[in-house]
Amino acid sequence: MKRSLALAMVLALPLTLGLAPTARAANEADYKTAYSAAEAAAKEAASLRHQWTVTVSALAAAKKAADGGDFDRAVAAAREAEALAKASIFQAISEKEAWKAMEIR
Amino acid sequence: MLRKLLIALAMVAGAAQPLLAAEGASDPKAEFKAFRSYFTNRFPKLALDDFVNGPYSMDEGLRKQWKAIDEFPPYDFAIDKGKAMFATPFKNGKTYGDCFPNKGIGVRQNYPQFDAKSGQVITLDVALNRCREANGEQPFDYTKDDMAALTAYMAFTSRGKPMDIKIPDDPRALAAYENGKRYFYTRRGQMNFSCASCHVQSPGERIRAEILAPALGILNAMPIYRSEWSGMGTTSRRFVTCNSQTRAVPLEPQADEYRDVEYFLSYVANGLPISGPGARP
Repeated sequence: MKRSLALAMVLALPLTLGLAPTARAANEADYKTAYSAAEAAAKEAASLRHQWTVTVSALAAAKKAADGGDFDRAVAAAREAEALAKASIFQAISEKEAWKAMEIR
Repeated sequence: MLRKLLIALAMVAGAAQPLLAAEGASDPKAEFKAFRSYFTNRFPKLALDDFVNGPYSMDEGLRKQWKAIDEFPPYDFAIDKGKAMFATPFKNGKTYGDCFPNKGIGVRQNYPQFDAKSGQVITLDVALNRCREANGEQPFDYTKDDMAALTAYMAFTSRGKPMDIKIPDDPRALAAYENGKRYFYTRRGQMNFSCASCHVQSPGERIRAEILAPALGILNAMPIYRSEWSGMGTTSRRFVTCNSQTRAVPLEPQADEYRDVEYFLSYVANGLPISGPGARP
């Protein structure tokens, strides 16, 4: 028991001291991958006529950050855009039937 | 073998079609009654014709403000401009009046119409731009300015006349009505709101500083002067703004869906008086 605790403490030490290995900074290739996935989802949402304004804004923010060389921010914004676009696609598909529940009868 | 299979498939398809049609078909007359009953039951003290006054019918304080504002109506300039435009001939000598029954006077309550030739819903705004193009003129922007002025004048000449929208015996007309109804009740945007979320579920309630109008008769006052816009706006402008407020990317003005939802909302307002042009906060 004492041995395990000691081992855990040794393992935790670098984390406590802020020596944990940090995530790799995003590069242009990461951005391009994230952006193209987001763009594809956004195009699908638009084709369903269920695009959200926030998706368009997040895509624009991703592009702007990438143009400024901030690929961490660009990837984060692109991933947000993709998540928003996917949520709007879900909305479009579910509303094909769900709208009937709101109808005055 | 293949022939038998095709015949069998055709028979199945033929048998299934009426069933599908029966399941999905709208009954506009029954829906008109249900729509009206919903609002009259919810607001039993409200005179039926008062629904066309939107938020003013829902709040006494707001109504008093409106009465005061209406002594010098902010849409008067639009009526005057529209009247002058209406009387001014196109370059070919014809006028807007030549494109409409009764020279365009007192006809607003008959729009939108279903056009059997194109198979589409034609709103008053579309009819006006068609008229312009047929006479060699450029179409107007559908959201404000000149279009708002023209429709303001035409609405003014129809004030008090009951909305009178027809759904002809044409499956395409019924499909357009159905499409408009679907659009009205479909949730969209990041806020996950449908038109009905505000104007069926919550009329009279506040959304931020605004009091929500009931859906019944909501288009009878169009076009409107909105203080928020500091100017006039058409039905298209209103739809575009509503979509944006729910964080949905708006459709293009006078898109099929917008024209169809105008068709649906106008049909269920049949019998209620035209009150446009209107003024709204």
